[in-house]
Amino acid sequence: MYDGAKIIPGLIIFVVLATFAIWYGAGDVKQVPKPEKPVGYTNCVKPTQEMKESHMTLLNQWRDEVIREGKREQVEAGGKMYEKSLQNGCMHCHTSKEKFCDVCHSYASVRPYCWDCHMSAKKIKGLEEAI
Amino acid sequence: MDNKRRKFLKIAGLSAVAGIGAPAALNMLMKGNVQASSSHGHGDDHGGGHEEAKGHGAHQKEVKLGKRYGMVIDVHKFNHTPGLVQKCIDACHDTFNVPDIGNKKDEVKWIWEEPFAHAFPEHSHYKKNTELHHLSFLVTCNHCDSPPCVRACPTQATFKNEDGIVMMDFHRCIGCRFCMAACPYGSRSFNWRDPRGMKDGKPFIKKVNPEFPTRMRGVVEKCNFCAGRLKKGLLPKCVEATGDTKAMVFGDLNDPNSEVSKVLKSRFTIQRKPALGTKPSVFYII
Amino acid sequence: MLEKALQGNAKYWSWVGFLLSMMGMGALCYVLQFNYGLGLTGMSRDVSWGLYISQFTFLVGVAASAVMLVLPYYLHNYKEFGRITILGEFLAIASVSMCLMFIMADLGQPMRALNVVLHPTPHSILFWDMIVLNGYLFLNVVVGWVALNSEYKGTHPPKWVYPLVYLSIPWAVSIHTVTAFLYCGLPGRHFWMTAILAPRFLASAFAAGPALLIILVMIVRKFSSFDAGDKAINKLVTVIIYAGLMNFFFVGLELFVGYYSNIPGHIHTLDYLFFGLADHDTGVIYNNLMPWMRVSVIMGVISLCLLGCKKTRNNSGILFVACGLMFFSLWIDKGLGLVLGGFVPSPLDYIVEYVPSIPEIFITLGVWCTGFFILTILYKVAISVKTEAERVS
Repeated sequence: MYDGAKIIPGLIIFVVLATFAIWYGAGDVKQVPKPEKPVGYTNCVKPTQEMKESHMTLLNQWRDEVIREGKREQVEAGGKMYEKSLQNGCMHCHTSKEKFCDVCHSYASVRPYCWDCHMSAKKIKGLEEAI
Repeated sequence: MDNKRRKFLKIAGLSAVAGIGAPAALNMLMKGNVQASSSHGHGDDHGGGHEEAKGHGAHQKEVKLGKRYGMVIDVHKFNHTPGLVQKCIDACHDTFNVPDIGNKKDEVKWIWEEPFAHAFPEHSHYKKNTELHHLSFLVTCNHCDSPPCVRACPTQATFKNEDGIVMMDFHRCIGCRFCMAACPYGSRSFNWRDPRGMKDGKPFIKKVNPEFPTRMRGVVEKCNFCAGRLKKGLLPKCVEATGDTKAMVFGDLNDPNSEVSKVLKSRFTIQRKPALGTKPSVFYII
Repeated sequence: MLEKALQGNAKYWSWVGFLLSMMGMGALCYVLQFNYGLGLTGMSRDVSWGLYISQFTFLVGVAASAVMLVLPYYLHNYKEFGRITILGEFLAIASVSMCLMFIMADLGQPMRALNVVLHPTPHSILFWDMIVLNGYLFLNVVVGWVALNSEYKGTHPPKWVYPLVYLSIPWAVSIHTVTAFLYCGLPGRHFWMTAILAPRFLASAFAAGPALLIILVMIVRKFSSFDAGDKAINKLVTVIIYAGLMNFFFVGLELFVGYYSNIPGHIHTLDYLFFGLADHDTGVIYNNLMPWMRVSVIMGVISLCLLGCKKTRNNSGILFVACGLMFFSLWIDKGLGLVLGGFVPSPLDYIVEYVPSIPEIFITLGVWCTGFFILTILYKVAISVKTEAERVS
C-alpha cells in the first residue's frame, strides 16, 4: 500500500470522529425521563402508548384539520370534550410544558418548533412580567 | 401518510400535465384550485340562494359555491362614535397577540385606520366634501373572492378556505413575501423580527392572550376574519367590539337572507380597487 | 479535472483568498440575520423585497445570456464560439448558483424552503421559477462538464448530450420569462404590470450577460495564455449593441405609455425613478434612486456610442470600459430600479424608501463573491483543459 503510514492513522482518526457520538456518552447512564402526568385526569384522547409514539403526527393532523380544512369539532377523552389544539387542548391538562413536554424532548434532544409560537403558561407570564 | 403520498402523486401528476400544456393547463388548474377550496364539503347544505350574482366592479361572474363571508363597514357610524375605531383595532390586536413593534419599518397590523385618500387611492379626491377627508376608514384584509396572494403563494401557506376566508397557515409559510408583493391592499405584514422580543424593556406583545399563539420571526401574517370564532358561532372580534352600533355588519354574502346581504341590497357601498378583479368581500358605506 | 483548480500562481491564490474572506464576511452577517430576522435588512412592510431579490432578478438574466453563445455554436455551428461557449455556460452556472443563494438569503424561514417541493403549487409562479432555475443549473452543469471532459480526453462529446444542449436553448429563455412573470402578473403593481416586461428582461439580459463575458474573457487573456479570439468578441459586441438598443427601445415604450396616457398609476414609479415623486400630504419629494437611474441612462448611451463606433470598439481598453458601462447601466436598471421602484408608491399610496443596511450589503457582496469563487474555479479548470488540449493537438 502506498502511503500506508498516512492512510492508516487517517482512517483511525476518521473512525474515532465518526463514532464520537456513540463512545462519548458510553457508560454514562442517563435516567429515563419521567414526564409529570396531569392530576385529576385519567384518559387522554388516545391510548398512552399511541400518544408516546405518535403525538407529533396527531398534532400535525389536528393542525391541518383545524387550519386548512376547518374541522374544528372537539375530541372526546374520558367523557370530556377538548379542543383540537396544543395550547387550548393538550395543555388544558398537561399544564406545564417544562415538566411534561420538555422532559422527553430534552432527553431525546429534539427541539420541536411548536414553542416558537405556542406558549406555556410560564412563557406567557414571562412575556408579561417584562413590562 | 398514505393519503399524503396519494395527494403528492396527484399534484405531481397535475404539475407534469401543466408542464406539457403549460398555458391551458395552468389556467385550468388555477380555476380548479379556487373552486375546489370554496366548494369543499358544501354545495348540498347550501342549496338556497343560487341566483346568479353578477360581478361587481369588474365584469366577472362571482363564483357561487358554499359560503363567502364578508363585511360592510359604515364609516359614518364609526366616526359618530368617538373611540370606536380604536376599540375595534385593540379588540383584534389583543386577541391575536399582534405585536406593537413601535416603528413603521417592522410594523405588524391586522386592522388599522386610514384616511380616504389612502384607503381609496384610485378614487378622485378632487372637490370632495370636506367631511370625507376627516373620516377614518378601517382597512383590513379584504378576503378577496379571487385573491392574488393565494395565487402567488408557492406553498399554499395562504389559501382560501371553505368559507371564503383567506387563511394563513403560519406553520407552512417560508417567508418569501411573494404574497405581500401580490396584495394590492397592503394587508399583509411580515415578522421582520421576533414578535416576542422587546424594546427598552417593553415587550412588543403587552398582554398575551393565552388562547392564541404568537408568531415567530420570518412568517407573514394578516387578518383571518376570526375563522375560529365563526366556527363557534361567534362574530369576529372587531364586529363584536362595535356592539349594537351597526357600524360593522358581518355575514355570508352568498346567503341572500343574511343581514349583510340585506344591507348591501339597500345601501350604496364601495369596495377598494374593484378594477383589479380581486372581488373584495369588505364593503364601505360612505 | 477539478484538480486543475488546485494549481495556480500567487496571484490566483490571493484572488481566491480575497473571495474566501469576503464569503466569510457574508456568512458572518448571514448568521446575524438568521438570528435576528430579516429586520436586520433595510426592507420594510412597504418595500418588502430589497437587494436580494433585485440581485436575483438581474442574475437570472446573466445566466440566461449563455444562450447567446450556445445557440450560434451548437445550432448554427458557428465555429468562432468554440473556445468561448464553455465560458458562457460556466458563467451561467455561477449566476444561477447566486440566484439560488439570494433566494435563500431572502427567505424568512429558510429551513422550510423545501415546502415548495413538499407542497407543489402549480398556480404559483415562484414554484415554476424554482423548477426552471434548478433545471437550468442542471442542464448547464451536465452540458458544460461533459463537453469539457471530452475535450480533456481528446474525444467528441457523447451523442446523448446534444438533446440536452438543444433543450437548454428554450430553457434559457424560460428562466427569464418566468422570472418576469413573478412581477408582471401582480395586480395593483402598475410599474411591473406590463406585457413587455419579459422581452425587456431578455433584451437587457442579452446585453448585460455578454458584456460581463467580454470583460471576463479580457481578464482571462491578461492573466493566462488562453485567448477566446477577437472574432468571438466582435460577434458578442454585435449582440450587445442590438440587445442594448432593444432594451432602451423597450424602456422608451414604457415612458411613452406612461406619460402619453397620463394614467397616474403608470406614471408614479417612472416619476419616482427619474424625476422624484412628491408626497401628496406633505409635498416632500422622494428620489433616492433618481441619481442612480440617471447615471444608468447616461452610462448606457455612452456605452452604445463606444460600441457602435468601429474606431473605439477596436481599442481593447475602450472596449473593456464600454462593456463595463453597459453592465453597470443594466445592473442599476434591473438590479436596483426595477424591483425597488415597483414598491413605490405603496398600495395605500404612501412613499416609503428603501436603503439597504450594512449587513445586508455584506451578505449581498458575500453571495456575489461566492458566485465569482465558483466562476474562478470553473474557469481555472476550463482554461487549463483547453490550453492543454490545444498544446497536444
